[in-house]
Amino acid sequence: MEIVRLRVNGDERVCGVPAHYTLLETLRYGLGLTGSKQGCDKGDCGACTVIVDGRAILSCITPVWEAEGRQVRTVEGLADGTETHPVQDEFDLNGAAQCGFCTPGILCSSVALLDRNRSPSREEIRTALAGNLCRCTGYEKIYDAVEAAAARLGG
Amino acid sequence: MLRLPAFRYHRPRTIDEAVSLLARFDDGDAMPVAGGTDLMPNMKHRLFTPGHVVSLNGIAAMRGIVAVNGTGPGSRNGGAHGGEGPRLRIGALQSLADVSGHPLVRRHCAGLAEAAGLVAGPQLRNMGTIGGNVCLDTRCTYYNQTEFWRDALGYCLKKDGTVCHVTRVGRKCVAAHSADTPPNLIALGATLTLAGPGGTREIPAADFFVTDGIRNTRRAKDEILTEIAVPVAEGRRSAYRKLRQRHSIDFPLLSVAVTGDFAEDGTVTGLTGVVSALGARPRVLAGWDAIAVGGRLGTDVIEALGERARAQCRPLENIIVDPEWRRAMVPVYVKRALRALA
Ligand SMILES: Cc1cc2nc3c(=O)[nH]c(=O)nc-3n(C[C@H](O)[C@H](O)[C@H](O)COP(=O)(O)OP(=O)(O)OC[C@H]3O[C@@H](n4cnc5c(N)ncnc54)[C@H](O)[C@@H]3O)c2cc1C
Ligand code: SF4
Ligand code: FES
Ligand code: FES
Repeated sequence: MEIVRLRVNGDERVCGVPAHYTLLETLRYGLGLTGSKQGCDKGDCGACTVIVDGRAILSCITPVWEAEGRQVRTVEGLADGTETHPVQDEFDLNGAAQCGFCTPGILCSSVALLDRNRSPSREEIRTALAGNLCRCTGYEKIYDAVEAAAARLGG
Repeated sequence: MLRLPAFRYHRPRTIDEAVSLLARFDDGDAMPVAGGTDLMPNMKHRLFTPGHVVSLNGIAAMRGIVAVNGTGPGSRNGGAHGGEGPRLRIGALQSLADVSGHPLVRRHCAGLAEAAGLVAGPQLRNMGTIGGNVCLDTRCTYYNQTEFWRDALGYCLKKDGTVCHVTRVGRKCVAAHSADTPPNLIALGATLTLAGPGGTREIPAADFFVTDGIRNTRRAKDEILTEIAVPVAEGRRSAYRKLRQRHSIDFPLLSVAVTGDFAEDGTVTGLTGVVSALGARPRVLAGWDAIAVGGRLGTDVIEALGERARAQCRPLENIIVDPEWRRAMVPVYVKRALRALA
């Protein structure tokens, strides 16, 4: 076990992990943040997507040490207190989640996009979400939801 | 769930520190990692099980994209001497997202920017570096699998076994070079800087790859790629076209990089085409200058170059996708890339 110090969703977290843990394993099994999903666990599906220093990355292939000293944001940290993020609201209103397994990762990719670009085109949304697989929705409602969220955020 | 094997993680701050860490351990027991998007999945598949992983990410000297005003013409075939002309210096740690979006890269090396932007998906481009892309391991349907899968098949030459499931005969691994940026770096005449225990050396990107699928680069295990220098010149244009199954994320089934030098009136003064994802090393298409130099890049010339490329390329079944189809796509993609230059 080694001690790793992380800044997750604004909190300073300290945790004992084996040296070969990934960021995803640390979040899920060290810190109890099970929102980020372990899908393929090898970089193919995007279910484990989190935001590190403003950029969407895959936590399943990130050695935990690479997250030290950086800002990690997971699906648990998107809401502002009890106030859900507009993207979360719009996923609800647009029926953009079905089984929900891909949803935390897609929300993180979407928020990373909207933080950089308040009025993305449909094409830019598709490109930003190209690394997130969804086996249920067929994607259209997801794109609708992100577009609606962008409009609400004043794009 | 795919667990990483146990290893120790080192975080050096300088190139010297990183190189001496790599040199300190037995052959292959220490490996460098940058974005980890190739190495981590490969370690999860037990294709590599180094006891020590040396992260390059804390080395500030390996970042940055800058234009250098050299002297001379910015020649593409100057080898190490090309390094004296005007050039772009790209730190090996720059992410593919940075490379593809950088205004200088887009302006001077459009093909390289396109290629970096077509690697994998967005999260992987945020993480993956251009250095890691150049040093990417080769890929094969029988290799990029879990330990369980490979064990069931009896392994193969490249890792733990004695046969090649692609050629069935032969003692040679033909796993495919599958990185998107190197064909462009070769076509653009780039030079790579490697740092090792004995100091640094420069090697043209065109000489960096060898036809051995097991280890397809001339990088020694204790060397680090620190920087890439791409010569730039007025009138130079480049383009990249990539065939893949899912446009959103997949590795290339075929890749084509072209770079041309043009006089003011549109006359071709030099033209290079590089095709990859077929064998262990990118292939420079021979005989292009003879067909194209001195005239314009018109439809008939493009047609002739496409046909020449078809005759020179023979895809293998190292990726389980109909090789005849991949071969048929060679002239199609070569012509598309050339049309983007014309
Ligand atoms: C789902 C998926 C799809 C992908 N699709 C593509 C694709 O379409 N095209 C493509 O080209 N790649 C693709 N990749 C592979 C990979 O994401 C990229 O090639 C990326 O650029 C690798 O860079 P990295 O920094 O993450 O490399 P790492 O994983 O850190 O390293 C790769 C290899 O290079 C070595 N290395 C890294 N940096 C250096 C250095 N500076 N000096 C010496 N050695 C070094 C490492 O030891 C390792 O062997 C894909 C990966 C995944 C998981
Ligand atoms: S080409 Fe043959 S030896 Fe090489 S990885 Fe594929 S099956 Fe193995
Ligand atoms: S779980 Fe990380 S990409 Fe699939
Ligand atoms: S909602 Fe089921 S995978 Fe996307």
